[in-house]
Amino acid sequence: MSDPLLHIKDIHIDGFSDERWHKIIKGVDLTLHRGQVLGLIGESGAGKSTLGLAAMGFARPGCRLTRGGIWFDGEDLMQASESRKQTLRGARIAYVAQSAAAAFNPAHRLIDQTIEATLRHGLRPGDDAAEDAKALYAAMDLPDPETIGLRYPHQVSGGQLQRAMTAMAMSARPDLIIFDEPTTALDVTTQVNVLAAMKDAVDRFNTAAIYITHDLAVVAQMADRIKVLRHGEEVEEADTRDMLTNPKHPYTRSLWAVRALHKPSLREDDTILSINNVTASYGTAPVLHDVSIRVPKGRTVAIVGESGSGKSTTARVITGLLPPLKGAVQFHGDTLPPALKDRSRDQLQQIQMIYQMADTAMNPRQRVSEIIGRPLDFYRGLKGKAQAQEVARLLELIELDDSFADRLPGELSGGQKQRICIARALAAEPELIICDEVTSALDQVVQEGILKLLLRLQDDLGVSYIFITHDIATVEAIADEIVVMHQGKVVEQGPKEDIFAPPHPAYTELLLSSVPTMDPDWLEKVRQT
Amino acid sequence: MTETYSAKDEVGQVRQRRSRWDRIWTELKKAPITAWFGMIVIAIYVIVAVFAPFIAPYGEAEVHPLPFAPWSPEHLFGTDQIGRDVFSRLIYGARNTIGIAFLTTILAFLIGGGLGLVAAINQSWLDQILSRAVDVLMAIPALIFALMLLSIFGSSVWSLVVIIALLDSTRVFRLTRAVAMNVVVMDFVEAARLRGEGLGWVMRREILPNILPPLVAEFGLRFCFVFLTIAALSFLGVGIQPPTADWGSMVRQNASLIQFAQYDLKAGLTPILPAAAIALLTIAVNFVVDWFLIKTSGLRDEV
Repeated sequence: MSDPLLHIKDIHIDGFSDERWHKIIKGVDLTLHRGQVLGLIGESGAGKSTLGLAAMGFARPGCRLTRGGIWFDGEDLMQASESRKQTLRGARIAYVAQSAAAAFNPAHRLIDQTIEATLRHGLRPGDDAAEDAKALYAAMDLPDPETIGLRYPHQVSGGQLQRAMTAMAMSARPDLIIFDEPTTALDVTTQVNVLAAMKDAVDRFNTAAIYITHDLAVVAQMADRIKVLRHGEEVEEADTRDMLTNPKHPYTRSLWAVRALHKPSLREDDTILSINNVTASYGTAPVLHDVSIRVPKGRTVAIVGESGSGKSTTARVITGLLPPLKGAVQFHGDTLPPALKDRSRDQLQQIQMIYQMADTAMNPRQRVSEIIGRPLDFYRGLKGKAQAQEVARLLELIELDDSFADRLPGELSGGQKQRICIARALAAEPELIICDEVTSALDQVVQEGILKLLLRLQDDLGVSYIFITHDIATVEAIADEIVVMHQGKVVEQGPKEDIFAPPHPAYTELLLSSVPTMDPDWLEKVRQT
Repeated sequence: MTETYSAKDEVGQVRQRRSRWDRIWTELKKAPITAWFGMIVIAIYVIVAVFAPFIAPYGEAEVHPLPFAPWSPEHLFGTDQIGRDVFSRLIYGARNTIGIAFLTTILAFLIGGGLGLVAAINQSWLDQILSRAVDVLMAIPALIFALMLLSIFGSSVWSLVVIIALLDSTRVFRLTRAVAMNVVVMDFVEAARLRGEGLGWVMRREILPNILPPLVAEFGLRFCFVFLTIAALSFLGVGIQPPTADWGSMVRQNASLIQFAQYDLKAGLTPILPAAAIALLTIAVNFVVDWFLIKTSGLRDEV
């Protein structure tokens, strides 16, 4: 076999936080040959991105490469000077970031940014590079490849921007591209197209790639080999098909298990909340058109759809943050006042909300005891010792011990924060909880824990959920009924089994078929249909 | 599955909680020398201001037979144009100038901070009215506006405090509104509203603790500006009125002595003393504010 393109040997990387150095990467080896795609997976904090950047000989501010060696095409990057590494970056090693919106300069046209690195490195003349960029846009399946480069970043969609960024990385025909979660911020329906375009490009130019993600199904489509990282150490590495069919390490198997969570749906005729023919708009922009949804008592209704489909707006109408133009929300058969300020404290108590970003959903200056204690006092009049006891009971309910009562949100992990938010909602003893993408910011293993907790709480307390999500695996795990929304309208509504079984309306079909599966041939199959 | 999942095992570093004083002390130990200098100077000023009657050798308005007396053991910094002891007046001046400036700054923050919070939360017609009113007030040069108002309402200490506080509260309003706007859009504020919390709770418990660091820093700077404004107004003759000692008016009253510097250097220095007192305090406060700003703006990891 020929010499590897990239060879990393026993690399150690430290990060600086809390006024001391911590080990982030603890001795990882990595070998990548030309034209090969390696998938790096693991939960957040596993060191995936840090390792990806190290492949460029780069340590981000606050990090340092302490030990080990990095050889790119036989050249030792640990010894190379900064200027030498700069001539490699952009020309022979390219990087595609998670948020294309943040990586593009909003003040320059796409095409100027696409060919910037090529020109800087003097690889080819400007006209030539611009023509090539147009060809790359066409290869990336972007609309109007001749003229789209003249637009500014805000004039194209998120999926298009991500493809333009891949074109930017391709412009210099690098030997290696590092993809750092490039589709995580995209909708499933957009993700398919971006994945297909990236895979095509990598195949066509025989580029080697490192694909970093936490989504197993995505990595299954892209990678030839998969490496699993945890706590800065390698768990296992194998060919994609071997890894998928026969994961060896228990940790890898636990990652696989999350997607297998399934809840049989139950019917219930007693309605707790119904939304009747609601039409709503922000200012003059209409968002919801004649939406009707029924939530059965003690069950979970999942509202699915891509971003901009009106899922979260529906939640805002239910909570009274956005009074509807037409239609009404009924709770136990009584019509709720449309605006938040007209609702009574009892009505507010019955409907609680849990947010996507637990970070911003809790006041960073309040301790857990105060965050959970306030609704206890506010709705139920519990003070002092009774309140402290109830806080302890709620913490136990969400599987945390009462030592957490004294902590600030900054001292909690992502999953723990979301649990505290659940406890805050439960503190009001509500009948309905609206969960707005509560698991989408979390790692898969943590997601599983939260979903199981929510299911258990429903069994124990009989609370109903409205679960807003774009993730079909989550729907599979938790929902009894499904509402599919698209462009502010309800496309389909019914028990989970009925919705998942064909025949589907066109949009549901597209949504379901866009969800990557663990089958490595899935992307090929989808593209052929 | 061999590995079971437990929420408690999730990473998240837990630091040992220390008592408030412990934490303040560790922060102080790490403070740079400039911050220490600033804090010591401020402490001395405060002590002098509080214990002025015990420290000063003579009374504030006590007149001695010899005007413009030279520096001597009896009159450490000499006497002024009507024979009052300059050293004693410097000490009493600390009390008046700092006390009034402090009071004015607090008033400015109560008005500007309170209305700024309300405007940020309300975000409708009330915000528009308040913001436009502030724009109008800020469009008029502050010193000239203050001079005008003072000549209308008279130069009593109270009208001085209220007028300067009102003019300075416009700046506080702008800052408070701007920083509070960033916090108002956070989900936890929405969560509090969904809970049914009133305006007062949202202001005091949800937003205020999160915007406190920039406000405290602004308090330090604003205090300096108020202090300088009072000194300037006193220098112009409409500020703190005689016989009350005040550094600004002391500079003006003794200004003519500067010409004597070529004959007697010490006499020439006399009007510089109150000016130096003003400058030193301003610098000291700024040192402390700078340290506080760096500490709370999250820049320390970059050092």
